[in-house]
Amino acid sequence: MSKLNDKIAKLFPQATEAANGIIEIEIADAQWHQAAQTLRDDEDIKMDYLVTIVGMDWTDALGCVYYLMSTKYNQIVAVTVKTSDREKPMLHSVADLWGVGCLYEREVYDFFGIIFIGNPDMRRLFLSIDWKGFPLRKDYDDDPALNPVSTENERQSDFTDTYIELPDGTVEKKEVEVFHPGDFVVNIGPQHPATHGVLRFRTAVDGETIKKIDVYMGYIHRGVEKLCESLTYPQTLHYMDRLDYFSAHNYHHGLCMVIEKAAGIEISRRAQVIRVMMDELSRIASHCLFIGTYCMDLGATTMLFYTLRVREQILDIMEKTCGARMTFNYDCIGGVMQDLAPDFVDDVKALLAVLPANIKEYNKIFTGNVIAKNRMEGVGVLSREDAISYAITGPSGRASDWACDMRKLRPYSIYSELDFEEVTATEGDSMARFKVRLREMEESAKILSQLVDNIPDGEYCVKVPKVLKLPVGHWFELVEGCRGAFGVYLESDGSTKPYRLKIAPPCLPLAGVVDHITRGSKIADLITIGGSLDYIVPDMDR
Amino acid sequence: MQDFSIITDAIHSFLLTYLPGWLTVTVECVLIGVGLLLVYALLALFYIYYERKVCAAFQCRLGPNRVGPWGLLQSFADMFKILIKELIQLNNIDKFLFALAPYLVIIASMLAFAVLPWGNGLQIIDFNIGIFFLIAVSSIGVLGILLAGWSSNNKFTLIGALRSGAQMVSYELSVGLSVITMVCLAGTMSVGGIVDEQSDLWFIFKGHVPAIIAFIIYMIAGTAECNRGPFDLPEAESELTAGYHTEYSGIHFGFFYLAEYLNLFIVSGVASLLFLGGWMPLHIPGWEAFNHIMDFIPSVIWFLGKAFLLSFVIIWFKWTFPRLRIDQMLLLEWKYLLPIGLFNLALMTCVIVFGWHF
Amino acid sequence: MEVTTKSMPYEAFKDNEYIEKLVEELKASGTNVIVGTLDKLINWGRSNSLWPLTFATSCCGIEFVSLGAARFDMARFGWEVARASPRQADFMMVAGTIVNRMVPVFRRLYDQLAEPKYVIACGSCAISGGPFRRSYHVAKGIEDIVPVDVFVPGCPPRPEAMIYGIMQLSRKIKVEKFFGGVNRQEKQRQFLAEHPVEGVED
Repeated sequence: MSKLNDKIAKLFPQATEAANGIIEIEIADAQWHQAAQTLRDDEDIKMDYLVTIVGMDWTDALGCVYYLMSTKYNQIVAVTVKTSDREKPMLHSVADLWGVGCLYEREVYDFFGIIFIGNPDMRRLFLSIDWKGFPLRKDYDDDPALNPVSTENERQSDFTDTYIELPDGTVEKKEVEVFHPGDFVVNIGPQHPATHGVLRFRTAVDGETIKKIDVYMGYIHRGVEKLCESLTYPQTLHYMDRLDYFSAHNYHHGLCMVIEKAAGIEISRRAQVIRVMMDELSRIASHCLFIGTYCMDLGATTMLFYTLRVREQILDIMEKTCGARMTFNYDCIGGVMQDLAPDFVDDVKALLAVLPANIKEYNKIFTGNVIAKNRMEGVGVLSREDAISYAITGPSGRASDWACDMRKLRPYSIYSELDFEEVTATEGDSMARFKVRLREMEESAKILSQLVDNIPDGEYCVKVPKVLKLPVGHWFELVEGCRGAFGVYLESDGSTKPYRLKIAPPCLPLAGVVDHITRGSKIADLITIGGSLDYIVPDMDR
Repeated sequence: MQDFSIITDAIHSFLLTYLPGWLTVTVECVLIGVGLLLVYALLALFYIYYERKVCAAFQCRLGPNRVGPWGLLQSFADMFKILIKELIQLNNIDKFLFALAPYLVIIASMLAFAVLPWGNGLQIIDFNIGIFFLIAVSSIGVLGILLAGWSSNNKFTLIGALRSGAQMVSYELSVGLSVITMVCLAGTMSVGGIVDEQSDLWFIFKGHVPAIIAFIIYMIAGTAECNRGPFDLPEAESELTAGYHTEYSGIHFGFFYLAEYLNLFIVSGVASLLFLGGWMPLHIPGWEAFNHIMDFIPSVIWFLGKAFLLSFVIIWFKWTFPRLRIDQMLLLEWKYLLPIGLFNLALMTCVIVFGWHF
Repeated sequence: MEVTTKSMPYEAFKDNEYIEKLVEELKASGTNVIVGTLDKLINWGRSNSLWPLTFATSCCGIEFVSLGAARFDMARFGWEVARASPRQADFMMVAGTIVNRMVPVFRRLYDQLAEPKYVIACGSCAISGGPFRRSYHVAKGIEDIVPVDVFVPGCPPRPEAMIYGIMQLSRKIKVEKFFGGVNRQEKQRQFLAEHPVEGVED
């Protein structure tokens, strides 16, 4: 650990260490690409996982904060790169170093208009091609007349832009073809039963074989990050329910944790336990729905009804305590909204009693089926290196033998005291992703059984000032959602509202890897692979 | 054993007393046509209800139960609705073929009805190549599906149609082979003859091992023939929205919807004809009293009962198995079912030549 | 006239005045016996056979899945035949937020539905934009895009609320005239004339 710190201190003397162990470095744009290469490749640093790129508008400058993580040394480094040009801001791309970089940079370009030199695909990601302005800039004009709601089809281009730096330092714009005119392009989505929402794949096929996929997002982009900037901290919480609606508790937990860290609020042990129990309950419910919808995608509709039976049972438990079936809004700053329902413990015990039998049944019906095996085994293989490079976290990443569980890597709340295994598999195919989730349900049940009899007494929510102001600064936290690492970046200017709240969802990289792992497989495999990655579209679009 | 030919003969002679011969035949044709259409529609509606209830039972649900007693009128409501739905006029399509396709599909399944052995003496036409005729007409259906997919000018329908073409052409071989296997045992291609041959024992018992193999192959290939899960690739909902009939609305879609269920009935009907004796009651040699009691159950009920039972098995397939991928589906046919079918044909020939059957 | 479905007593419905007003309107225009009887038969069929389009953008869509599952089982009412192709569906449950980029797609889906077609705005996002109303990229309710027949409030609405909403739609269909061509169709034409889409003739 110290070796890494020393090395970084030697290479970048300007590096500082923030409170939560994150090393922060500010690097000038001209040196950035070189520095990124060093950070990634140096044996003692090995920052091989790009967690997120936070686009920032400091009003005097535009820029990015790159959160890098080393899977080897388990250390996070935050690199800030700035440019003061507001008219045509340009930074150097790192898309060639990290697979996910291209997508993240497109997101930053979409929101802030920062052009990345060397990125092969500089199109807008969420907003339409003709959108005027960059919405997350502080001087964005949100006059609806500029960007009216139109029922006319948006303009579409088969070309993309790329910016190349010439040897003399000037930057040249080039047009690149996405699809050839002779390609047979099938539009899968945005309205399609198997895309799990409104994702759109433009798929070039040769017969039944996929040649290339171009992913279009933004059909459910609701601008949550911008909305949060105009709301007070407690008000921002409820959007977390509506991102990945299956990980509502986990996402709440993440944002609450960041705000509590920033405000210096210690929450009671009872609240910690309740939060963790809710997280694990929602993980089981989420994986249940995953199994159901995945089997439905593969044609075995009946499984959906068996898995939803367990999910309904969990929703009942949550409804008794939180008062809703979805969008619970339960975790709040300082603890949880209200105390547990009186029969919570009995209900959880009843759930734990039926869960093993149900998992056995799922295995019996589906996992052992010869057709299911043929459909899933060896389909969509993702190697460990690719999983890290494309930032595929969560069960999908763990199926590629990457131990990326944030509950183990950066234990938060009371996870360090709990006894559970991190489920991994080595195959990296769709079957492994499916099986990892099944086994994770068992692990979550294990956590629940450890806690269900040990819920301590105490207050469920500590006193928090009515008007919450955070000190000036920025914070970054990672929690484990049901689909992977969920990061929250919070920048405060000392007021009651966040200056910038960046949500790093696990599902965005999941969509980014689809093209990479589907090439050469069949159309039916696209459904298998997409289903096994289990992305939630509102989560990636925000 | 009741014989329905008494009734049909009575009608025939009654008509002959008043009308000249040619007019009698015309009137009978019209009567049969009307009767066929009625049976056709009722069966389809029943099957829709049947599948919805069976599938609900598999999925721990109740299924339709609000419209009419036990939801029996649900499919009638659906029929009224679908009849008055708008037929959407599309631009840039081959209008003639687009309109023709659903009729081809429905005609194919309707023609097959002509040779099914509904009951003792209750068969529309019984001629010496009945089963051959059935196979011939049922393969017209694929033409309708191909036309539907191609003429819609939609990429999903095109992929669906091509999948369907590959699937039907392949699986027809296996269906044909298992039919030939049974024809060998029967020694006749006439549907009536095949049923009569089974008066002492059903073929599935008579032909033992090769007959059972042929039965299994026929059920698998038959499921594929009527585009049902796990072979529902041409209309794979999660891949191709609605497959080849994506662009069809109103009653045109209704035709495809009905044809799907009637093909299911035809496949199970033919299976019951070839393996379970058609309308023939269960007879066991030597058990005279038992055979006599079995004869009291009307032959129509025997036939329909067997067909519904086999349909239940096919519905069971659909709601249990995941869907195959196109290459796996073709692999199954060409590498497994077809060689096994050919071998089985040889085996059956040996069984017959050496008289090993019962 | 009491317009009701088999599953719920008339008094249990909350908006009976509205339905009664519709009935009054119908009675005022009058009809002949044959057409009236035919209408009744067809409306019985139509109101009992509502096939939804599988369309969901976000959270409400998951509750719609729950609605189909064993506990709430919409198959009881015959609504389980969810069609993936809009040409074959009868109504569209707009479950989730409709954002700017989705608007043309959504409108096209509506145009692709075969007549007679209905729209249920399900959840606060579809009704008004809901919690995202102030966003730069969210349509403030789908009423400006397509004509809506029933609104189901909630975020997301519980499956019971969805059942109630579809029942209301079913009641509404019962008092419509299919051959008369009053009420709905005219209003719809008027709406479509006011909200044209380039290249699409209504």
